Parts: sequence; structure tokens; C-alpha cells
Amino acid sequence: MKLSFSPADEAFRAEVASWLEANLAGEFAALRGRGGPGDEHMYPEERKRWEQKLAEGGWTCVGWPEQYGGRGLSIEQQVIFFEEYARAQAPGRVGHIGEGLAGPTLIAFGSEAQKKKYLPGIVAGTELWCQGYSEPGAGSDLANVRTKARFDEASGKWRITGQKVWTSLAHESDYIFVVARTDPNSVAHRGLGFFLLKMDQPGIEVRPIEQITGTCEFNEVFFDEAECDAQDIVGAPGEGWKVAMGLLGFERGVSTLGQQMAFQNELDEIVAIAKTNGAARDPLIRQRIAQAHAELKIMRYNAMRMLSGQSGGDGSLQREALIYKLFWATWHRALGELAIDVLGPEGQVLEGAPYALSRLQSMYLFVRSDTIYGGTNEIQKNIIAERGLGMPKEARPEPKR
Amino acid sequence: MDFSFSDEQLMIRDTAAAFLAEVSGSAAVRRAMASEAGYEAAVWERISTEMYWQALHIPEPFGGLGLGYVELAAILEQCGRRLLCAPFFSTVCLGVNALLVAGSEVQKAEYLPRIAEGSLTATLAYTGIGGHWDHTAVEATWAREGDDYLLNGELRYVADGHTAQVLVVAAREAGSRGEAGISLFLLPGDAAGLSRARLPTMDQTRRQAHISLDHVRVTAAQRMGGEGSAWPQLATIIDLATIGLAAEQLGAAQQALDMSVAYAMERVQFGRTIASFQATKHKAADMMLQVEVARSAVYYAACVAQEYFGGGPLAAELAEAASIVKSYCSDACFSCASEALQIHGGVGFTWEYDVHLYFKRAKGDEHFLGNGAYHRERLARLLLDADLAEAAP
Repeated sequence: MKLSFSPADEAFRAEVASWLEANLAGEFAALRGRGGPGDEHMYPEERKRWEQKLAEGGWTCVGWPEQYGGRGLSIEQQVIFFEEYARAQAPGRVGHIGEGLAGPTLIAFGSEAQKKKYLPGIVAGTELWCQGYSEPGAGSDLANVRTKARFDEASGKWRITGQKVWTSLAHESDYIFVVARTDPNSVAHRGLGFFLLKMDQPGIEVRPIEQITGTCEFNEVFFDEAECDAQDIVGAPGEGWKVAMGLLGFERGVSTLGQQMAFQNELDEIVAIAKTNGAARDPLIRQRIAQAHAELKIMRYNAMRMLSGQSGGDGSLQREALIYKLFWATWHRALGELAIDVLGPEGQVLEGAPYALSRLQSMYLFVRSDTIYGGTNEIQKNIIAERGLGMPKEARPEPKR
Repeated sequence: MDFSFSDEQLMIRDTAAAFLAEVSGSAAVRRAMASEAGYEAAVWERISTEMYWQALHIPEPFGGLGLGYVELAAILEQCGRRLLCAPFFSTVCLGVNALLVAGSEVQKAEYLPRIAEGSLTATLAYTGIGGHWDHTAVEATWAREGDDYLLNGELRYVADGHTAQVLVVAAREAGSRGEAGISLFLLPGDAAGLSRARLPTMDQTRRQAHISLDHVRVTAAQRMGGEGSAWPQLATIIDLATIGLAAEQLGAAQQALDMSVAYAMERVQFGRTIASFQATKHKAADMMLQVEVARSAVYYAACVAQEYFGGGPLAAELAEAASIVKSYCSDACFSCASEALQIHGGVGFTWEYDVHLYFKRAKGDEHFLGNGAYHRERLARLLLDADLAEAAP
């Protein structure tokens, strides 16, 4: 057990920091601190160019194996990269769905042809991806997918019909991966398929969703006989659930360390405001700031424990990984409340009409999504109790056909 | 960077778990609780002559095993899990740490080998009747008399203070305030003028004592560290002990969770186990979150303590790490014990079931060496007060 990094890793840290410092300049200077959660709709064109700038430097897909165009970094160096990226306040990655979800899924489950066709565009930062999982009737109950996939013998293509929701970056993306029902008589997690679709086609329509913040990062995506080539199903028809669940495992990757550095930036801003406006003298605010600080620091070591663990490769989760989503989401929601309480009455005054929010105001509202998406807190607690503690599974009614 | 146990550390942990399951079961704990000393001599003898835990982080030149704080934390976690009644925490986390941090080479050579071989128990006494945990805790006084010192005053909440054979006592120069004037002295438990009495405590699994000093004469050779300038050393000793205590809290929280899940899986109401109710599952999930977060905190802090002794950049974080881990573990342990009682329902309210032992230990540990609020305020000072003075009132 050793928490310090080796001299070679520290040298790597300096290399990352100096590359970011040198390149977050010119047209990219304005992107610092932008494009994170609650701000993902901003500067899409500039952030696409930034993605390609990163690719030129070899800083996309740093954890992927080299044979797929990645940098093949060790866990330690991935941690360092994501920490330095967030420390430099480099912008939210428009390519993160491709790099973090679609790519790893294809590497694990995709055919050689799919890897060859899709991975290079992700590595180069030229092709963006979005995620088609949730539906109006399939939120926490993700297996209740209604979107249908029908194989059309005449054209030799899959036809997708249905609706997805909460799709971030849909209007900026080139591709979407979709979980759809291949067997119309199936229920729950059986009879699903995992499809790769081109966004720019007549059968797909994107409609933005106006959120609690007044902004629109999420979208509804409507599919009406949308087209998918026969070779663009990942795994066999009926194996979609396995692929989809494998993908969710990638969400708990090394990039969580970068997320924490972004949390640290937010906490630093709150601390600075508390010192300036005198909130730092309030004994209860002091307790809450100290608690936020303590738990963020523990969160970092919890993530390191997760990354140092032996299991995980087979999809099984260690105990510290099982609790991780519930921990950070609940922590971040409390940080939002701390931010708005530190701001006090001035926190209620916007930067401008009609609804221009400051970064912390936006954070306060946006963090309400953290305890809902990717498995609500309640679902997380079911998972922890059932998988972590071996308690009985929730009773399920007999499925209706 | 590698934040996982080595094979050797896993072996130490598992050996400790198996040994404590044998010697510190419910019946053994209850026998120890009822005894005057607060522990069974036979159990302590097995620990000190078969397991050598008291020698664990004493350096080899002084007869110890020379192992690190991570190994110590792994054992303390198991001790907390089994509510071990023994002068182990007091001797190692308070006594040995005091000698390692503040002892002269002569003092170390005199006392550490005897502790390592199991023939000496030790503790630290620094808190007066005010019940504080920082420098304001030190109320007993010293005054020069020729080459000697005279100690006077009352000390309270001294872990195993009525049985420890050696006491490290903190006192301040009469009339001094704040961090100034504090000295540490090594006293034999039977020193003339020193009287001590066991305090009956709600948690019966860790003994506390009240100690009175009435013109106790000590020589300069018994002083540890500088005259009147020992606060930084005392603060370090307290931080190291605090991290050890948090490891025990982790173990107690884990056991409270395990007992609760086991009971909920057996207890049937309305024709189903209460473990099948989502209300129970969500309580247990919250407990598991607290236990796992506490575990990450304890092993982070143990690594920091390890670097304090072994060198490393994290050593500078000792005070911060102590407050992070103690604030989290104090709240987590009490919360888990409290929910354990609720999940056990009526039987959790009985003397017969062990839940109340954990419930009481949790509150005792929470307040000992500073509760969550105390440690969060310590963190707040580090985070907020550096340039707050210039800010608007």
C-alpha cells in the first residue's frame, strides 16, 4: 500500500501539465472551465476542434490499448492525465461518450470490422457519439425498452422505431448506439439488441429538452424506421443486454478521478466566496465546508482503492466500487446546496435576464440530476443491498405480454 | 501508487480476525467488562506473547517487529470489530507513539523493549476535567523545584489509566496558556503522590480512569522533549492515536452492519424476512456506504501515519488526515451502531444481545479524542482561517 507516485509518473504529470498549458491558448483559451455538466451545450464547434487538437498531441483515448490507437497508459498515468486535465480547467470533452463508452464497448464486444470502421474516428476526435438507452418508460427500469428493431429482408438492413430520451449531445453527434428490442414478443432484458446508427438520416429526429436550468443539453431522439446496416449490430440479436451492462461498467473508469478534480475546482470557488462574504465565520457553514473537503479527499482514495483492486475485469464489482456512484452523487448534490447557502441572498440574483445562471447557480440546479441518472440513489441502494450484502432481490410481478 | 493490501498485510489481517474470533467473542468481552481491570490477563498475555501486536510498529533496534502503520490499522480494525478488551490501544497508540515521537534515545531504550516483550503497559494522560482535546485540554501543572519538577492537577478520561504501568503525563507550566508551557513526563503508575481510580463508564469495553497528581516529584530525566515546548510533539502523538482509534471505529461499524444483515436475513415478520423489505435494505446500503468510505479514509490516514514514521511527502498531512478520518469514522460508526439497534428491533434493546455493546462503544469512541464536529472545526481552521482576517466582518 503506497499512495505516492513514482518519479517517472511525476515527470509524466509535468509533461501533461505543460502540454495543456501550451495548448489551452489562442482560440482555446476561452474554453477553460467550460462545457462541463450544466454547460455541455456551450461552444460545441470550438470544443470539437479542441478534441482534434488533443488527438494531434496523442491525448485522446489515453487508456485504450495501443493496437486500437490508444496511448496504452498505466492506471497511474491515466489518473494523472485526468487529474491534470481537470486541474488545468480544460473543457468538458465532447468526445467522452465515444472515448469512454462506445469505444470500450466495441473493443470488448465488437467485430473486427466494427473496430476498424468506428475506433479511428473516436481516436482522431472527428466523430462524436451519443447514447440511446433511456426511454420515457424505461428510466430506472432500463430493461423495459420499447424501441423496436426489425430486420428488413428486402433491404438487408435493420429498421429502428421508437423513442430515446436524455440523450446528451445528440444534435452534435455523428453516431448513436441504441438498445432496441429485436424480439417483439420478448420481455425485460431478453430479446434486446445493441445497434450503431448514423445520426444524419431521415428516420431520426432530435428535439431538445429544456431543463431545470433553462438550458438544453439533453434531447429526445425519435426513430421512425431509422436505418442500421446489418453488420452494425454489436453481438447477436438478443445479446443487447449483456453488451449494454458491460458498457455501464466502463462508466466507473479512471475518468472519475478527473471528475473529482472538477469537484475540487467547485469547492475551491465556494471556499473563496465564503472567505470573501464572511460565510466562513458561520459555525454551521464551517462544518459543512469541512465535511465537503474531508469527503472529497476520501472520495479520491476510494477511487484509488477501486483502481488498485484485483477484481473488475470480469464485470464483478468490489465493495468500494459498488458504493461509489451513490457516494459521489450524494456528495455533489450536497455541494450544490452548500454553494447556494454560502452565496446567501445574493445567490438568488441571476447574472442577467431572462435566466443567465452563474457557474455555481447552474451547478446547484444541475447536480439534482446526479442522484437520478445512471441509476437513481434508490436503485443504487437496491444494488448495494442485493449484490454487496446478499439481501433478497426486489419482488418482480409476472411480466405481462 | 498502489492502494491495496500486500499479501503479507492480508495475512496479518486474516490472522488477527481468526485470533480475535477465538479470544474476543461475546462471552469473553462480557467477562472482561465485568472485571476490575477491564480485560482478562490471559487474553493480553496471548496477544503479547503469541501475536506480538504490542511490538508491531516498534523499530527492530528496540526489540519490535518494525512493521508499519498500515499493518497496525489492519489489526486495530479487527480489534474494533470484536470490541477487544485489552490495554492494546492504550499501550500502542498512546504509549508507544508517545515514546517514538517525544522520547529521548535513553527513554526509548529503557521502555520500548519492555513494551515489546509484553512486560509493560503504557498510556497517555493529557486531558483535564474540562474535557477538551486540543492544547486547552492540558490543565495539570508543573513547576520547577531545583533540578526536579513538581506536578499537580487532575487528569480525566485516561484510557486504561488505572492499570497502565507507565503513564505519559502532559502538564503545563503553572500560569501558562495556549500551546506554550506544555511538557511531557514519564511516570510510573505507582509514583508517590499519584492516585488513580477507574471511572465507571457507559461503554464498559474500554476502561477510563481519573488521575490525581498531588506534588508528584519527577526528575529532568523523566521529562520527554523540551521543557515547556512539547505541544507540537503531543499534537503529533494525539493525531497518530486518533488514526488508530478511527481504525477501531471502522471495525465496529463493519460488525454492526454484518450483525444487522445476519439478523435481518433470519427475522421473519408478515411472512417474510425483514431483509426483504426495501426500508431495511436501504438502511443496510447506507451503512455499507459509510463502512466502505470509512475504510478508504482509514487506509489513507494509515498511509499518512506510515509516511510520518518512514518518510514521505504525505507526512505533512498528518493533522489533516487525522481530522478527516476521525470526523468521518465517528459519525459513520455511531450511525451504523444506531441503525443496527433499530434493525434488531426489540432484542436490540436487551442486555442479552451484543448490539448495545457496539452502540455504547460507538458513542464512547466518538467523543474520545474529539468528535466529528471538533475535527471538522479543526479542518475548517486549516481551510478557511489563513486569510479570513482580512475579509469583511
